[in-house]
Amino acid sequence: MSDRLSVFKTYKLYVGGKFPRSESGRVYEVTDSKGKWLANAPLSSRKDARDAVVAARKAFGGWSGATAYNRGQVLYRVAEMLEGRKEQFAREVADAEGLSKSKAAAVVDATIDRWVWYAGWTDKIAQVVGGANPVAGPYFNLSSPEPTGVVAVLAPQESSFLGLVSVVAPVIATGNTAVVVASEKAPLPALSLGEVLATSDVPGGVVNVLSGRTAEIAAPLAAHQDVNAIDLAGADEVLAKELEIAAADNLKRVLRPQAVDYAETPGTERMTAFLETKTVWHPTGSLGAGGSSY
Amino acid sequence: MPTSAPTAHALSDVTASDSTLRRFLHGLPGVDAVGLEARAASLGTRSIKTTAKAYAIDLAISMVDLTTLEGADTPGKVRALGAKAVHPDPTDRTTPTTAAVCVYPDMVAVAKEAVAGSGVKVASVATAFPAGRAALDVKLADVRDAVAAGADEIDMVIDRGAFLAGKYLKVYDEIVAVKEACGDAARLKVIFETGELSTYDNIRRASWLGMLAGADFIKTSTGKVAVNATPANTLLMLEAVRDFRVQTGVQVGVKPAGGIRTTKDAVKFLVLVNETAGEDWLDSHWFRFGASSLLNDLLMQRQKLATGRYSGPDYVTVD
Amino acid sequence: MAFEYAPAPESRAVVDIAPSYGLFIDGEFAEAADGKVFKTVSPSTEEVLSEVARAGAEDVDRAVKAARRAFEKWSALPGSERAKYLFRIARIVQERSRELAVLETLDNGKPIKETRDADLPLVAAHFFYYAGWADKLEHAGFGANPRPLGVAGQVIPWNFPLLMLAWKIAPALAAGNTVVLKPAETTPLSALFFADICRQAGLPKGVVNILPGYGDAGAALVAHPDVDKVAFTGSTAVGKEIARTVAGTRKKLTLELGGKGANIVFDDAPIDQAVEGIVTGIFFNQGQVCCAGSRLLVQESIQDELLDSLKRRLSTLRLGDPLDKNTDIGAINSAEQLARITALAERGEAEGAERWSPACALPESGYWFAPTLFTNVTQAHTIARDEIFGPVLSVLSFRTPDEAVAKANNTQYGLSAGIWTEKGSRILAVANKLRAGVVWSNTFNKFDPTSPFGGYKESGFGREGGRHGLEAYLDV
Repeated sequence: MSDRLSVFKTYKLYVGGKFPRSESGRVYEVTDSKGKWLANAPLSSRKDARDAVVAARKAFGGWSGATAYNRGQVLYRVAEMLEGRKEQFAREVADAEGLSKSKAAAVVDATIDRWVWYAGWTDKIAQVVGGANPVAGPYFNLSSPEPTGVVAVLAPQESSFLGLVSVVAPVIATGNTAVVVASEKAPLPALSLGEVLATSDVPGGVVNVLSGRTAEIAAPLAAHQDVNAIDLAGADEVLAKELEIAAADNLKRVLRPQAVDYAETPGTERMTAFLETKTVWHPTGSLGAGGSSY
Repeated sequence: MPTSAPTAHALSDVTASDSTLRRFLHGLPGVDAVGLEARAASLGTRSIKTTAKAYAIDLAISMVDLTTLEGADTPGKVRALGAKAVHPDPTDRTTPTTAAVCVYPDMVAVAKEAVAGSGVKVASVATAFPAGRAALDVKLADVRDAVAAGADEIDMVIDRGAFLAGKYLKVYDEIVAVKEACGDAARLKVIFETGELSTYDNIRRASWLGMLAGADFIKTSTGKVAVNATPANTLLMLEAVRDFRVQTGVQVGVKPAGGIRTTKDAVKFLVLVNETAGEDWLDSHWFRFGASSLLNDLLMQRQKLATGRYSGPDYVTVD
Repeated sequence: MAFEYAPAPESRAVVDIAPSYGLFIDGEFAEAADGKVFKTVSPSTEEVLSEVARAGAEDVDRAVKAARRAFEKWSALPGSERAKYLFRIARIVQERSRELAVLETLDNGKPIKETRDADLPLVAAHFFYYAGWADKLEHAGFGANPRPLGVAGQVIPWNFPLLMLAWKIAPALAAGNTVVLKPAETTPLSALFFADICRQAGLPKGVVNILPGYGDAGAALVAHPDVDKVAFTGSTAVGKEIARTVAGTRKKLTLELGGKGANIVFDDAPIDQAVEGIVTGIFFNQGQVCCAGSRLLVQESIQDELLDSLKRRLSTLRLGDPLDKNTDIGAINSAEQLARITALAERGEAEGAERWSPACALPESGYWFAPTLFTNVTQAHTIARDEIFGPVLSVLSFRTPDEAVAKANNTQYGLSAGIWTEKGSRILAVANKLRAGVVWSNTFNKFDPTSPFGGYKESGFGREGGRHGLEAYLDV
C-alpha cells in the first residue's frame, strides 16, 4: 500500500448553523490518550460564547414552537446521519478515550441508540410530567411542561461522545436550545457532531458547540443574563461551585455535576431539569344560567 | 307595526332592522358565568347588621310587589292582599307600605279599591302571562284592559320563543307595542323569564333589548318556572341598567321575582344594588322584589330588631 | 339615606394570644439561647400583640439537630402512618379555622374575609391533599422507591403566613422529611399556633420545629451544613443570595420569588368579569402577592371604557378595620413595606405616570395605602418593571395580540399572567406564548392544592402544589 498523505480536517466551532473559527483566532492542541497530537481545536473566547448564546436565543422560538412530533423526527434524523458516520466517530472516540476499536464502536452504537431514545421522548414527556389537575372549583386546570430556554451545557470531560450526547439530546428533545462546551481534552467528537447536526434538519442555533478551556468559556455563560439554565456535568467541584454562584445572578436552573454511568439507560431527570411547568386555569361553569343559587 | 324607537337616544339606530339589532346585541360583551356567579356570591358575604339591617329591611319592605297570581285568586284574597300591602304590620304603624300589589288583570279593579289612597301601586301581569303564547292583539287587549281598570304598572312577558329563535326585532316590536298600550298611565315592567333564556349572554341581550324598546323596569321571572331570580342574574341585569344609563342617560328599574323568601336573601339583593348600580337604584321607584312570602319574613325580622327577641309566624298576618 | 353598612367586626374573643411565645424546638417551647425577643404588632393598629423569642444561629443549630434526630424514625414510618398525622393536622386546622383566621388577620393586617374564605380553607386543603400522598409516593412518577431528602430548612414570607407554612410543611412531611421553618418577623404568630396544632395532633417531637426570627436566622438556617433541602418564598434579591449560599452543596433548592404579572384584557373580554379579575388580581391581600396582576395590559380600543368601569368599581372598595367582615382592603403589613410602596408610587408620579385613587379615608393609626392606579405607564417606567408588592396597578395598553405577549413577557419575572377574551383559540395561543408559571384565563388569583404553582425566570424555580410539589422533597 502506497503511503498516501492524508487530508487533515480543520476542526471548527459550530455556531448558529455555521462553522466559524474562534473569534480569538486561537487554537489549542488536542492529543490522544497517549499524548499524540490529533488536531488543533478552536480555543473559544468569551465572545464566541456570547455569539453562541445569541444564536441559541434566536433559534429558541422556532425550535420550542415546533411540534413535538417534528422535533422527534429531526432527532431521529440525527441518529440516521450518525449511523452513516460510525467509523469516523469510532476512530475519534478511540483516540480520545484510549479505547480499543471494538469498544469504541460499541460506545458509538450506544450513542446512536441514545439519540433514538430521546427522539422518542419528544412527544411523550408532556404526557408523563403534565396533566390535568382536579381543582376544587369550576375550573379546567392543566399543567404542561415547557422548555426553560437557552441552556448552557458543559459536556462531561471523560465520556467524549456518549456522555456528550447524553447531556445534549435531553436538552433539545424538550425544545430548549443549547450552547455546548465540549470536553476540554477530547473535543473532537463534539465538533464532528456539529457537522452531523448541520446535515440533520436541526435548525441552525439549536445546538452550538464550543471547544476550548471549559472554565474560561463557562464563566461568561454562567453569568450571562440571557442564559436560562446550566448543566454542570463537565465541571469539577471547585468550578461547579463558582459557576453555580454566578448562575444565581439571574436564577438559572442549575444541574449539578453528579456521578453518572452514561452506559446506563437514563431516567427523565435530564429532561425535567430544564422544563418549566406552566399551569393554565380556565373557568368551566355550568351550561346555563339555571344552576346558580344562593 | 312601527319599529321606531320610543325614545331618541344614542342607541336609537340599532333597532333599524333585524340585522342591526342582532349585530348590536351579539356585540355586547360576553358574560363569564363562573366570574359572574363568583362576584354575586362574594357580595353575598357582606355582613349587614344593626342599623344597616334596619335600614335594609324597611327599604326591602317598601320595594315589595306583593303578589298573588293564582288561578284560585278571588276578590276576597286580593282585598286581603291589598290590606296587607297598606299595613304590612298591623301592630306597628311605622312599617312602610309595600311598593305595589301585583295581580292578574281581572283583579286590578278590586286591588285598586283595596289600596286606594295609600300610595301603594297596583301592578298587573298581562300579555298572556306567564307563557306569553297568544296573538299580539290578544296581548294588547289584555294590557289595555288592565290599564283601563286602573293598573299603575304592567308586568309583561316577552316572547321567549321568538327570542330563542333569534327574532329579536319581533320581541322588540312587541314590547314597543305594549309600551304604547300602557301610554302615560302605566309603567312597563318587561319579564324575560331568565330561567328559559338559560344563558347569561341571553339575559344580557334581553336586558338591552328590553331597555331599547322602552321598558321602565326589567324583571327576571314570572315565578312560574323552576329557576327564577338569582343573585347572579339580578347582578347581570343591574350591570345592564347601569351601563344603559351611562350610554343613554335613561334610568331603568330592576325587579327580581320568584324565589326570594327570606330577609337574608333580600338584603343580599340590596347589597347587589348598592354595589353595582348604586345608590340611585335604592328606591322603590327603581328596584322591586316580586314576592309573596318574603314580606312576612321581613316583618318578623323587623320585629326582632325592634324587640330583641325572635318573632314567630303567629305574630304576622297570614293572607 | 344611603345604605351604610354598620360595623360588622369578627369577634377577637375567639383567639387567645399569650403575652409571650418561645421557639418551638424538639416539641417544646423554649427561649432563644441568647434570650433575645421581638415584638409583633398588629399592622392595622400598631398594637403590640405579643413578644416572641428571636432565634439566632445557636437555636438554628439546636433545631436542625432535633430535626435530624427525628428524621430517622419519621422517614421510617409507614407512609400510611405519616398520612394519618397529616390528616389529623388538616382536621384540627379546620376545627380551629375561625381562631386562626382572626389571629392571622390581627398579625398580618389582611381582611378577615380573606383569611376566613381563602387562607384558612386553602391551608386545610393543602394538608389534606398531601396527607393522601404520603403512602402513595411510589406512584408519583419519581421512581419506584422515592426517598426523602432529610432535614428541610424552610423560610416563608409574611403575606400568607399560615398558607405558606402549609405549602412548605405539608409536602415535606408527606415525603418523609423533617422541617425547621422560620416564619417572617412581622407575622410569627400563626406558625406558633401551628406548633400547638402539631402537639394536639401528637406529631413526634422534632418533626416540625418553628423558629421565629429575622433574616439572620433565615441565613443561618439556609447555610446550616446539616440541612438537606432549602425552600424559600420571598423576594428575588434574597432568593439569589440563598442560591449563592447553597451553591456547591448537596442542598436541593426551590425558590418562589417575585413577580410582575401581566393581566391582559382583549377587546372581546367579558368586561364586567375582567374588571373583577383586575381588582382581585391587584387588590387581593393589598397587592402583597407575588403573583399579583400588577400590570394591566389593555387593548387600546377599549381602554377608556375599561378604565371608567375599573375606577367606578374601585370606588366601592371598602378599606378599614381588617376584622370587619365587610372590609375589602386591609392594612399594609409593616411600616417598612408601606415605605417601599410609597416610594415606588412617588417614583411613578415623578416619572410622569398619572396617579389616581378613589376617595378613601385612611385610618389614623396603622399602615395604610389607598388602592392606586397609574395610567400613561410605559414599559420604561419603574412601576412597570419593579415589583411594588402593594395595592398599586400600572396600566399599559397594546394594539395587537403579538404586542400584548411581547410586553407581558418583557420582564425578568415570570410567575403569573392573566388573559381575558371570549375567544377560546386566543386564550390558548396567548397562554402558550406567555413565559409564566401560572396563567389564569378569564379568572385570576385562583389557588388549589392540586395545582402546581411557581415561576419562570427570576420568579424562581420548582413548583409547589400538586404532584409536582412532591419533587422538591424527594431524592429523584
